[in-house]
Amino acid sequence: MDFANLLIQLLNSLQYGLLLFMLAAGLTLIFGIMGVVNLAHGSFYMLGAYLAWFLVGQFNSLVVAIVLGTMLAVVFGWLLEWLLFRHFYKRDHLDQVLLTFGLIYIFEEMRSILWGDDVHSVPVPEMLNWSIPLTDNLSYPVYRLVMSGVCVALALGLYLLISKTRLGMKIRAGAFNREMTESLGINIRLIHGVVFALGVALAAIAGMIAAPISSVYPGMGSSVLIMCFVVVVIGGIGSVRGALVAALLVGLVDTFGKVLVPQIAGMAVYMLMALVLLYKPEGLFKQ
Amino acid sequence: MTTRRIVLTRSAAVIGAASSGLLLPQIVRAQSNKVRVGFMLPYTGTFAQLGAAIENGFRMALNEQGGKLGGREVEYFKVDDESNPAKGIENATRLVQRDKVDVLVGTVHSGVQMGIHKVARDTGVLNLIPNAGVHIATRAQCAPNVFRTSFTNSQPTLALGKAMVANGHKKAVWITWSYAAGDEAFEGFEQSYTAAGGTIMKKLGLPFPNVEFQALLTEIASLKPDAVACFFAGGGAAKFMSDFAAAGLNKSIQLYGSGFLTEGVLEAAGPAANGVLTTMHYGDSLNTPRDKQFRLEYAKAFKLQPDVYAVQGYDTGLLLIKGANAVKGDLNNKKALYAAMEGAVIDSPRGKWTMSKAHNPIQDMYMRKVENKENKVIGIAQKAVADPATGCRMG
Repeated sequence: MDFANLLIQLLNSLQYGLLLFMLAAGLTLIFGIMGVVNLAHGSFYMLGAYLAWFLVGQFNSLVVAIVLGTMLAVVFGWLLEWLLFRHFYKRDHLDQVLLTFGLIYIFEEMRSILWGDDVHSVPVPEMLNWSIPLTDNLSYPVYRLVMSGVCVALALGLYLLISKTRLGMKIRAGAFNREMTESLGINIRLIHGVVFALGVALAAIAGMIAAPISSVYPGMGSSVLIMCFVVVVIGGIGSVRGALVAALLVGLVDTFGKVLVPQIAGMAVYMLMALVLLYKPEGLFKQ
Repeated sequence: MTTRRIVLTRSAAVIGAASSGLLLPQIVRAQSNKVRVGFMLPYTGTFAQLGAAIENGFRMALNEQGGKLGGREVEYFKVDDESNPAKGIENATRLVQRDKVDVLVGTVHSGVQMGIHKVARDTGVLNLIPNAGVHIATRAQCAPNVFRTSFTNSQPTLALGKAMVANGHKKAVWITWSYAAGDEAFEGFEQSYTAAGGTIMKKLGLPFPNVEFQALLTEIASLKPDAVACFFAGGGAAKFMSDFAAAGLNKSIQLYGSGFLTEGVLEAAGPAANGVLTTMHYGDSLNTPRDKQFRLEYAKAFKLQPDVYAVQGYDTGLLLIKGANAVKGDLNNKKALYAAMEGAVIDSPRGKWTMSKAHNPIQDMYMRKVENKENKVIGIAQKAVADPATGCRMG
């Protein structure tokens, strides 16, 4: 493999890894802070992608779609937490798994009723629809670079929010000791709503920016959900930093696995997970 | 008047029989002289349009006979198989046991087909496969009561390799989803391409139905092959052609594929599909009198343009008509029925074809080029392509 090809494949890995991180961060935040195992997280990704397709059709602009779509996702997440999830914080994990597994079916059905079962494509915005030539026949699409940039910006924002702001401090305190935090007069219910909506928004944004490159299709949430769980397990359940490292690692293994040993393309990531579990059963960054 | 009276008396008889403890379906069957045809096709989901086209084609063939089979009226039963392999056996059993169908027509998805296949082998019910190309149904597990009117997954690609080398494309990369249909399509390609003197530089794959092709397209660009050959279908196919063009590969590398690459997705793929070459047993512009007549009649009947799936459904009907006419509607005369179907020459819109010993069409494969959202037939890639039928012992 020559240098230019290697460089592009590294960019491909990074872009896939960052996208996975957006999803896994929300998943692991919701688990780490509220203790909820959310199997429906992939559905939020699918929701994002379908929203992107629907809104681009209405407004003819991906930026407008993403802004509007994010707001809708936040409202949706907030409502869902208020109506459903908050009743399940103290329940057994098995109850949560059943609830969120059921939700997957409900969301799929709603998607089918609202938007049908067809495969859709979202065009890459005109302005970003070009490639940077790296050698005579290798080039890298600008849209993917921008995508990676957006993911990095959001990851940075998330880091600052959690480690540097008052809200972040309260979130961390609530995750550490719920009763103590409540007794200090902090509205933990509100905090949970915020965190859940944040997680949903991250997944939906991932779905929206991925829509032009991955197309929009029924069941798209489930395949990505499995990858998210792999990332969370490798990174250590509840650790956002672990999710970042694991997502980048999964991106690398998946991309180079596909290219170098296509025979095991589907397995490479699981083999990585098995290896990690063998030596670090609690994941790389257990808190 | 008489019919109403007959219905009433029959209903009374049936209710009486049921209440006296006899099984209802058997009574109904004994009293009706209709041929029972069961459709087990996808009516919802990704393949819904395919299921509808197959049923349309089948009904059209029978309607040309006044809706009759060997002189007998036909009664239809329908089950949506949802393209869900997990429900394959259950759905097929329902049609055979509960509805007592004489013929089971289905299906599209190869995984579901394996469920139907098990039921067909266990019960001996006549099964006509209008699409699914899974090899084993007409190879190691071929059966006297199972007939396919479509293709095997490797049949289109068996005709691909020679044509590619003839076009001067001697170094190729193969890419597909890593699942049964992709592997089977590769088998045909590998055989014909290497036999013609071509070299397969690399075989790339990604999990089904993943559509993130970027890493693989980068790899293709760095390998610099003369051509890329592939097997994709449905939404993933449209996405692959778009991404292939977006990466700039279509300027220097000719894209070839099994015909499913461009079936039903040309609208979605847009200009990215222009110039793509595929091999298939049908094309939109065959321009034979037989095909023109079929297309006109189909368009009149269903207000839709027919596609390869409609043709396959139509041919399924034609095959059954040949069989039923030979036994004058007595589908229980299996020996004569199967013999007639085995010997049938089907005058199809795709061109005349015959049934192989393993019950799969021996048919011409066309070379098609995408031009303005149409699969233009530009020649015959190979005449009378037969599946090798490896391991089939009909006994």
